Amino acid sequence: MHAYLIQSINLFAAVLLLLSFGMLSQRRILTLIHLFTLQGATLVAATAVVAYVTNQHHLYYSAALTLVTKVIVIPILLHRLIHRLNVKWDVETLINIPTTMLIGILLVVFAFNLALPIAQLSSSIVHSTLGIALACVLLSFLMMITRAKAVPQVIGFLSMENGLFFAATAATYGMPMVVEFGIAFDVLVGMFILGVFMFQIREQFDSLDIRHLETLKED
Amino acid sequence: MLALCGHRDYAAEVNVGVSLATLVAAGLLTAQVIDGGALLVLDDQFFVDPLNVFLVALTAFVGFTTSVFSRPYMRLERDRGKMTPGRMRLYHSMYQMFNFTMLVALSTNNLGILWVAMEAATLTTVLLVSVYRTAASLEAAWKYFILCGVGIAQALFGTILLYLAADKVIGGGGGALLWTNLEAVKSQLEPNVMALAFVFLLLGYGTKVGLVPVHNWLPDAHAEGPTPISAVLSGLLLNVALYAVLRCKVLADGALHSHLAGNLMIGFGLLSVVAAAFFLSRQKDIKRMFAYSSIEHMGLMTFAFGLGGPIANFAGLLHMTVHSLIKSAIFFTVGHASQSAHTQIMEKIRGLIKLNPMVGWGLLLGTLAILGMPPFGVFASEFLILTTAMRDLPWATPFLLLALGVAFASIFSRVQEMVFGDTDLKPLEHPPALVPVFVHLALGLMLGLYIPPYLVDWYQQAARMIGG
Repeated sequence: MHAYLIQSINLFAAVLLLLSFGMLSQRRILTLIHLFTLQGATLVAATAVVAYVTNQHHLYYSAALTLVTKVIVIPILLHRLIHRLNVKWDVETLINIPTTMLIGILLVVFAFNLALPIAQLSSSIVHSTLGIALACVLLSFLMMITRAKAVPQVIGFLSMENGLFFAATAATYGMPMVVEFGIAFDVLVGMFILGVFMFQIREQFDSLDIRHLETLKED
Repeated sequence: MLALCGHRDYAAEVNVGVSLATLVAAGLLTAQVIDGGALLVLDDQFFVDPLNVFLVALTAFVGFTTSVFSRPYMRLERDRGKMTPGRMRLYHSMYQMFNFTMLVALSTNNLGILWVAMEAATLTTVLLVSVYRTAASLEAAWKYFILCGVGIAQALFGTILLYLAADKVIGGGGGALLWTNLEAVKSQLEPNVMALAFVFLLLGYGTKVGLVPVHNWLPDAHAEGPTPISAVLSGLLLNVALYAVLRCKVLADGALHSHLAGNLMIGFGLLSVVAAAFFLSRQKDIKRMFAYSSIEHMGLMTFAFGLGGPIANFAGLLHMTVHSLIKSAIFFTVGHASQSAHTQIMEKIRGLIKLNPMVGWGLLLGTLAILGMPPFGVFASEFLILTTAMRDLPWATPFLLLALGVAFASIFSRVQEMVFGDTDLKPLEHPPALVPVFVHLALGLMLGLYIPPYLVDWYQQAARMIGG
C-alpha cells in the first residue's frame, strides 16, 4: 500500500509536468484555464498523498489552501474575467509552438541536472520529484516569455507559483504554516490587482495585447 | 484605516500623523535596542538588532518626511484633475500599507515572512505607481508587477532551498526559517544547497534592488508614479531589498567558507554602477535620470557589501543612509520643479532659482551631494569604498571612477541648466513643503562632516554583524 502511494506521488508529478507542457502548447484560452485548474487539482492530490504517507498534518492544511485558492477561487475569477472582457480569441505566441516545445525539453533536462545533487541531500521520500518541480517552474517561466497577451501571462505566473509549491512539498514537506498562508494571501491579492489592471489596460489600449506596452524604453 | 477618512481634506494630515506616530515608535524601539541590545518578541517571530533597527529608524523617518512633502504635492495634483477622490483614498491607504510592509520586512525574524512582506510591498507599490491611470503609468506598473513577480518567485525558490538546508540541521517546523536559529548553525548548513539558494535569492531580491540586468522596471516605475512614491521607492524600498540580500549573505558566507557570495555581489554591483552611469547620460526625463542614479548607487552599495570587511561594510551602511536621505530630498525638489513646469522633460525646465530660490538651491545642493562632492556624507562613504576597492580589488577601481565621472558630468550639466537661467514659469498655487528637503540635506551634510560617536558605534556593530 505504502509503495503504491509513493508511486502515485511520482505519477502525479509526471502529470504536473505533462500539464505544464500542455499549457505551453495550448492555443485556446479557455482550455488554458481548464489546464491550469487541472494542474492545481493534481497539486492538491499530490500534497494530500504526501501528507497521508508521511503523517504530516500541516500538509493537509496546505492542500486545502491550494484547493481553495488555485482550484476554486482563481479559476472562477479567471472565467469571470474573460467573460466580462469578452475575450475568446486564440492565444498568440511570439515564437511558434514546436520551437517552444523544443526549448521546453531542453529546460527539463537542465532542471533535472540542476536538481539532482540537491535532491539527493533531501531526506524527503519524494525527493526525486524536485527535478520535476523545478522543470514546471522553468516551463511556466518560458510560457510567460513567449505569450503576447496579458491573460496567458498571468496564468503562466500562477502556474509558476504551483511549481514552487510543489517544490516545497517535494523537498521539505512544505513550508511553515505562517509562510504558506502569507504566500497564498499574496497570490490572491495579486490576482485581484491583475484583474483590475486588465480592465484598465483594455480601457486605455482597446486590447489586451501587451505589445502595446512597449513605449517606455531607452532611446 | 485611512480608507475610512478617505478623500476628505484632512486625509493628508492624518497620513502625516500616522507616519509621525510610526516614527516615534521606531525612535523608542531604537533607544531600547541601544540600551539593551537585540531583542526577540512575539514568539521569536520578530526581532531587532543593530543592523535592522537602524534601517527601521531610517524608514520611519523618511516615511514621515515624505508624507509631509506629499501633502501639498498631492493636493496640487488633485486640483489639476489628475487625482480623483477615490484615487486619493487609494493613495493614502496604500502609502501606509507600503510603510507597514517595509517595517514588517525589516523587523521579521522569519525569512519566509520576509518574502511575504516583500511581495506585499510590491503589490502595494504596483497600485501606487498606476494611480494616475494613464497609458504610461499602466505600462510601468504592469512591467513592474511581472518583472518583480518573477524575480520574487525566484527568491521564493531560494527560500525553499534554504529551508531544505536548514531542515537537515535544525529539523522541520517553524523554527527552521528563523534567522536567529539559522545564524547559530550557519557553518553546518550544506554548502552546495546554500550556494544555489544564495544565487536564487540574490537574483530574486536583486530584481527589487534594481541590479543590472534585472533593473528594467525601476526607471519606468520611478518616472510614471507620483513623485512622493518615487522618493520612497528610491530611498527605502531598494534599501529593504538590499537588506534582505545581506541577511542571506551572512548565512551563505557562514556555510560556504569561501567568498562566492561576496564575489557575486561584487560582479553584479560593478555591472550596475557602470551600466547605470551610461544609461543615465542619455536620459531626457528628470525622474528617469535620477532613477538610474539610484541604480548606480545601489550597485555601489552592493559592491561595497560584496567586498566585505569592517571598512567596506561601514561605508556601505553609511552610503545606504545618506543615499536615502539625499535621494528622497532630490525627488522632493524634482517633484516641485516638474509641477511648476508641467513636464518632466529636462529641456523644458529652466530657471528654477528665479522661480523659487529654495527649490532651485535645494535641487542644486542635493545634486552636488549625491554626486559625491565634499563635505556631504556621500563623499565620505564613496571615498571609503574606493580606497577599500583600491586595496582589495585594484582592477575594479578604474571602472568605478569612470562611472562616477560619467554620472557627474551628465547629471551636473543638466541640473545646472535647469537651475540657472531665465524662466517664464509661474509659481505653484500651493506653497511647497520644503522643510523636509533641507532637513535631509542638513543630515546628509552632518554625516559628511561629523558622525556622532554613538552612531559610529552603531554602524560598527552592524558592520560586524554582516561580517565578511
